[in-house]
Amino acid sequence: MNTTHAHAVVEAAELSEATQQRFAREVAKYPADQKQSAVIACLSILQEENGHVSAAQEKAVAQYLDMPVMAVHEVFTFYNMFNLKPVGRFKINVCTNLPCQLRAGQQTLEYVCKKLDVEVGGTTADGLFTVQPGECMGACADAPVLLVNDRHMCSFMSTDKIDQMIDELRQSGAQP
Amino acid sequence: MSLHQLLSKYQASGVETCFHDRHINPQIYAGLNGQNWGLQDYIARGGYQALRTVLGLNGAAALTQDEVIAIVKESGLRGRGGAGFPTGLKWSFMPRQFFGQKYLVCNSDEGEPGTCKDRDILEFNPHIVIEGMAIAAYAMGIRLGYNYIHGEIFKTYERFEAALEEARAAGFLGDNIQGSNFSFQLHAAHGFGAYICGEETALLESLEGKKGQPRFKPPFPASYGAYGKPTTINNTETFAAVPWIIRNGGAAYLACGKPNNGGTKIFSVSGDVERPGNYEIPMGTPFSTLLELAGGVRGGRALKAVIPGGSSAPVLPAAIMMDTTMDYDAIAKAGSMLGSGAVIVMDDTRCMVKSLQRLSAFYMHESCGQCTPCREGTGWLSRMVDRIETGQGRPADMDLLDNVAENIMGRTICALGDAAAMPVRGMLKHFRPEFEHHIKYKTCMVSSYV
Repeated sequence: MNTTHAHAVVEAAELSEATQQRFAREVAKYPADQKQSAVIACLSILQEENGHVSAAQEKAVAQYLDMPVMAVHEVFTFYNMFNLKPVGRFKINVCTNLPCQLRAGQQTLEYVCKKLDVEVGGTTADGLFTVQPGECMGACADAPVLLVNDRHMCSFMSTDKIDQMIDELRQSGAQP
Repeated sequence: MSLHQLLSKYQASGVETCFHDRHINPQIYAGLNGQNWGLQDYIARGGYQALRTVLGLNGAAALTQDEVIAIVKESGLRGRGGAGFPTGLKWSFMPRQFFGQKYLVCNSDEGEPGTCKDRDILEFNPHIVIEGMAIAAYAMGIRLGYNYIHGEIFKTYERFEAALEEARAAGFLGDNIQGSNFSFQLHAAHGFGAYICGEETALLESLEGKKGQPRFKPPFPASYGAYGKPTTINNTETFAAVPWIIRNGGAAYLACGKPNNGGTKIFSVSGDVERPGNYEIPMGTPFSTLLELAGGVRGGRALKAVIPGGSSAPVLPAAIMMDTTMDYDAIAKAGSMLGSGAVIVMDDTRCMVKSLQRLSAFYMHESCGQCTPCREGTGWLSRMVDRIETGQGRPADMDLLDNVAENIMGRTICALGDAAAMPVRGMLKHFRPEFEHHIKYKTCMVSSYV
């Protein structure tokens, strides 16, 4: 089922009390008749909580913000950091833009892929890691840099540090 | 253990960031150590005194809106986001008497490849931006503002939100600031990975909860901005310069730099240098001095080329760079632009075709798709540079590259088209033989390790 079709048939997902409180905090920043302004923040909250955003959740956001579900979907598919499909428990984006590339950005991406035995853009068989290239993250002086789950910037990532980080993530992710 | 706890040790810290002693007469980065970002430390550094002066709470009468704008005009402060537009002049365009809501927006969507200065300001000195915005809001009669922060730097966004809470609690934001009759509300918003949202009207669309596609100008934001209301947008570093200007006067700020290029500027130096990082130095400082501050070219190699103002700026060869100073007018005279102050340094092992390949792929990826010359042209450029790099280039590609670049420039709603075309033209102008070599011999002219 493609996503646009899914919107027509799915019921809006239930939003937990805690999630609604986070949404309300974002909505409160904007003029009362401009709730839609919070759409990026709300979708990113759902992505943080669930790993990706489903069609049912997009619909819930649309209802919460009183906007057409297609307007939510337009935003969801425009911004690069949204996960249109489920990803591994840890999404690793390695910056390969020119300033990073001059300091081993591309090699870093290849190293992470090799270490985890995945293709660029792929997810490990255990569902723990997804590795993607990234565009400029605004941390060019810290190259090589990578971003874990959209919110955690890791700087000066030598191969030793990558080894250590992946071991730690694997341990923490393996726990129930 | 939370993911944050687990990964926090991989954040840049200490002298890896802007806490080093290799700035020259810093204003924005002065005295920072990573721990002293909070309100009390900011006040101890003289923070919020400029706002109090403007509001007439330091013994003298309040400044009028015209007086504040006149001081900023006199300072020679120019927009630090890339365009270098005179800030005071921009503020004077705002219809102050407009009945109804007006908006002040800070553009912290720092995504121009090579640029990472605003992140360090927001993370380690967030109140300087809040104070600068409050002063700007006063000068233009604005009561509501937003700081739109790059989506990838979420920790920075959280830090700024924490600083906003502090400022509200201490009465530096909100209703009747410090007991005066001036009120200003300020909030933070974040993007989610779209280079185009650094363009001011795309940013406004994004702030309104839409796709970040730029608007036709005119109308300019000063008449039709956020939610269709008069809006002024400045870069983070621009706002951060304002408190110093009010405390010390416009003439003193101008004297820090050179005529028409007032004050200090933060340069993000990346690429082939010993110490990549942010360096705050007076406008008009020789490039050679900046290169020394950054530890010189990595490994003692020879300098080949520099992109002096972010990836959209045309590349300049070493000889021209070593002969120029770092300010808007000098870099423009040298044939490029100061842009956001991102200085990408390349040594003599770098292949220019491969470097351009990476940049052209970036612009193709980030074109919002709204204008045909940009949507199609960035693809053409990327595919052509790609095939030249991989040994599939044809002799006719040289002229075709230039032709496509020329046909994008000036034919799109926003500057992204120009930003994609200018690096191509800069490379062809200064490093044409490398491209010809690639086409003829299907290999690099240099022993590249890019």
